[in-house]
Amino acid sequence: MGQYIPSSEKEQKEMLLTLGLNSQEDLFESIPHEVKLKDLNIPKGISELEVREKIEEISRENKVFKSIFRGAGAYNHYIPSIVKTVASKEEFLTAYTPYQAEISQGILQSIFEYQTMICELTGMDVSNASVYDGATAAAEAVAMCNERKRKKALVSSAIHPHVMQTIATYCEGNDTELIVIKEKDGKTDIDLLASLLDDSVSCVYIQQPNFNGLFEDATSVAQLTHNKGAKLIMGCNPIALAIMKTPFECGADIAVGEGQPLGMSLSFGGPYLGFMASTKDMLRKLPGRIVGETVDKNGKRAFVLTLQAREQHIRREKAISNICSNQALCALTAAVYMAAMGPDGMKEVATQCISKAKYLADELCKIEGIKLKYQGGFFNEFITECIIDPDVLLEKLKKHNILGGYPVKNGILWCATEMNSKRQIDDMVSIVREVMKK
Amino acid sequence: MSILNDRMYTKSHEWVQFLEDNKARIGLTDYAQDSLGGLVFVNLPEEGDDVTKEVSFGDVESVKAVSDIFSPVSGTVCAINEELMDSPERINDDPYGVWLIEVKNISEKTELLSADEYEKYLKEEA
Amino acid sequence: MSLIFEKSKDGRALSLLPSLDVPKVELDDQVIRKKELKLPQLAEIDIGRHYTELVKKVHGVNCGFYPLGSCTMKYNPRVNEEMAALPGFTNIHPLQEEDTVQGCMKVLDLANQYLCEITGMDNMTFQPAAGAHGEFTGLLLIKAYHKSRKDLKRTKIIVPDSAHGTNPASATMAGFEVVSVKSGDDGCVDIERLKEVVGEDTAGLMLTNPNTVGLFEKDILKITEIIHNAGGLVYYDGANLNAIMGHVRPGDMGFDIVHLNLHKTFSTPHGGGGPGSGPVGCKSFLEQFLPGYLITRKNDKLTFKKPESSIGMIKSFYGNFLVVVRALTYILMLGSEGIKKAALNAVLNANYMKKMLSDEYDMAFDGLCMHEFVMSLEKLHKEHGVSAMDVAKALLDNGMHPPTMYFPLIVHEALMIEPTETESKETLDQAVDIFKQIYQTALTDAQKLHDAPVNTPVGRLDELGAARNPKLRYIFE
Repeated sequence: MGQYIPSSEKEQKEMLLTLGLNSQEDLFESIPHEVKLKDLNIPKGISELEVREKIEEISRENKVFKSIFRGAGAYNHYIPSIVKTVASKEEFLTAYTPYQAEISQGILQSIFEYQTMICELTGMDVSNASVYDGATAAAEAVAMCNERKRKKALVSSAIHPHVMQTIATYCEGNDTELIVIKEKDGKTDIDLLASLLDDSVSCVYIQQPNFNGLFEDATSVAQLTHNKGAKLIMGCNPIALAIMKTPFECGADIAVGEGQPLGMSLSFGGPYLGFMASTKDMLRKLPGRIVGETVDKNGKRAFVLTLQAREQHIRREKAISNICSNQALCALTAAVYMAAMGPDGMKEVATQCISKAKYLADELCKIEGIKLKYQGGFFNEFITECIIDPDVLLEKLKKHNILGGYPVKNGILWCATEMNSKRQIDDMVSIVREVMKK
Repeated sequence: MSILNDRMYTKSHEWVQFLEDNKARIGLTDYAQDSLGGLVFVNLPEEGDDVTKEVSFGDVESVKAVSDIFSPVSGTVCAINEELMDSPERINDDPYGVWLIEVKNISEKTELLSADEYEKYLKEEA
Repeated sequence: MSLIFEKSKDGRALSLLPSLDVPKVELDDQVIRKKELKLPQLAEIDIGRHYTELVKKVHGVNCGFYPLGSCTMKYNPRVNEEMAALPGFTNIHPLQEEDTVQGCMKVLDLANQYLCEITGMDNMTFQPAAGAHGEFTGLLLIKAYHKSRKDLKRTKIIVPDSAHGTNPASATMAGFEVVSVKSGDDGCVDIERLKEVVGEDTAGLMLTNPNTVGLFEKDILKITEIIHNAGGLVYYDGANLNAIMGHVRPGDMGFDIVHLNLHKTFSTPHGGGGPGSGPVGCKSFLEQFLPGYLITRKNDKLTFKKPESSIGMIKSFYGNFLVVVRALTYILMLGSEGIKKAALNAVLNANYMKKMLSDEYDMAFDGLCMHEFVMSLEKLHKEHGVSAMDVAKALLDNGMHPPTMYFPLIVHEALMIEPTETESKETLDQAVDIFKQIYQTALTDAQKLHDAPVNTPVGRLDELGAARNPKLRYIFE
């Protein structure tokens, strides 16, 4: 049996004696007899060596692909070694939320630096300390925009389906009407949006680049939205932000997104990171932890969790959000990633993504029977139509240790990043060509 | 703890000063600001909103607490003190000089205390 | 110390990527970024040293005693970290085809089986990322259940006044009205008051057991019966499961839904505030409403299935998967006897500390406690002007993380202590000595405690200034 109890049997007995008890069972005297559990039906404990063997064996039942051309909300990027080293430091790993600021300056400062970087990346005024993931960040952002007379969210259909479903679940909870704006040629239908906007709309949500990989005309969406007094929320890819017009420049009120590309591994979907940034005007409604700079009693610069009266532990049933965890370790990871990349490295990753995706698209479209589903610029993802069953194609790629694009309605959503070398792309394309020939 | 004679008080530590044309101004007492400590934010209703006696119309935040502000009267908000949005500490500095909202068309009042009665009430509470 | 931005020097960089090997693509002017991207420019050594300096100013469980009540700061085993770092987990894309992720699905399936057995539930979702997220999910299950029965009058959630602040906040988020019920003088649910607030509009009750004052709700069967008889459901806040795991199960006490905090009870690290994991389990009649995807077995293969009346998704993909890997590692290692033993020792350690401190400090409630206990410093505060905050800050000077302060709200000047089972007797004895010394100082030199801490990287902070003039980011010159 494994255990992590340091006190010896003898010491445990001494402690019981101190309490004047005869047996450990006496500690549970307040539990009614009729509900006490007799047998816990799980396997007997094992040693560290055995558990390692068992878990490693389970992990081998997964297939790790040599090359990955799939994104759709989770992106395969290079993670610098320094990122993992820093994020696995025991102190960062095993601390709780930094309530006791005097012994948590390291965590508080790292979050303050993260907030600064997110503000830089998005161009927005303020950032929180992060939330669970991109989907919950989107749902929390929608909730932020609710006002007494405005409780209707217009959400583009060209966003990640999980984000859409998460927004829908939260809206069900807080009684917000959710209206989906259909897409036209792969992008949010702006004419339709204009016709749906009125004084009861609280916010509009679009994703940039959208789920089809395409660039939205965010600036026009912002103008239309603001004309009706509603707020614009933009869901963004943080890597793309290094070279793309910032949400602030587009006119967004809130920028959110999935922070996984900033140094987090794919990990079957989590832990990831939700980033949230907004204009100054919306600061009081921003959920979650926020770190601020202040001074200690000797005038020394220091950092502290601030504006806490917004939060659930103080406001209780009047809080806008119940969130109390942030993803501090993931926020730290993102900050170290951005520091390691630096401004030029961030731009380089983004440029490599867009360049490789374009090359991949061009090469694929040289094959008869494959063409782009939509016209228009894209970042690291695009959809091709494919005259054969995508499953047949993907199965063939799998045999070559390649994870192909993600099958979507009438096509395949492909993704390329800096991880896909020209050679990888060429090899993959030639396999596709073979399959299409048959 | 200072208490002024020119206005009325509630047991939930708001003051109310009645003006001409069936209007009134509402603020927080010295006792209220002192027990709350340094204020950092004030949530107020909007002009045109209705307030109801004994019902919360807003709240004030200190660093680690939030307190509701209850309306002593029923009526319609005709002005809010905008300067508090940027400097809530004005309430700490000058609780009786700084009002929160002005209410018109007053239709109802809660049971109000005179300055003497409020002073007595504070003593009883302590 | 300096911020990372203040250490930046133009032209410094790491060598991370190969040069671009395909034609370079530039963005159109319409979508190109105009504002310069300002991020620090550093060499790898600069980054390494920056964070090494920062960790010196962090207190984690591995640095010293961390008896933070309600947070179960137990030791985070290293093997968990190694298992979560296996490439066979970290390199798996969440949208891979099912036949290529059987290992990940097995992790979720096993964790589901074991955690259902520990809680007495029938099925579980791992989508929620934290306790509060689990609460929200559980409340949506309650909402969906009543709605499916067209029982639309059930709009109220009952929450004891001793509850965690997240409970009422979650209930509001899920669209319920919160009814707070005052605790009895013994710190437990007052049955008579509960009966008064229960009715046809009761959607459910949220309860943690042991409760937030560290006591087992002895009338628990009566409580769950009252709610069930009124047509409501009972929700178990799993924050305090560490006290009872292996000994009594929420499901057997009459709870219909539970959330767990894998980062408390099942030894996964808190990471300075996250990521955690807050799986939600339920009885079989609620299974159809669970969010996300459930795992079922089909011809020896595991497969994902969306529950037929699912409340939808509450997060992307399958939750914080790597946190579940850690928790599973822990459960496998401890096994049935180890789980029971962990709870026993958590309760033993708490009672030992409580006993050793009770000569000096006033306990909010007498008698045996479960895994944590609450002290009230009201008397010390009145007589000597020393507050719970002062004592907490003095503890910082002694290399110890303070207990939870000013919670639960029903106890004045509260300090809530949860030692956990992974602390040795001598650690507890040392902590008791420190508490006793501080008590003596309170009687003789209160000012010293008002001035504490003095041995920490910074002294007490100007929190008022921070909130009045928020400076929430670094401004580049």
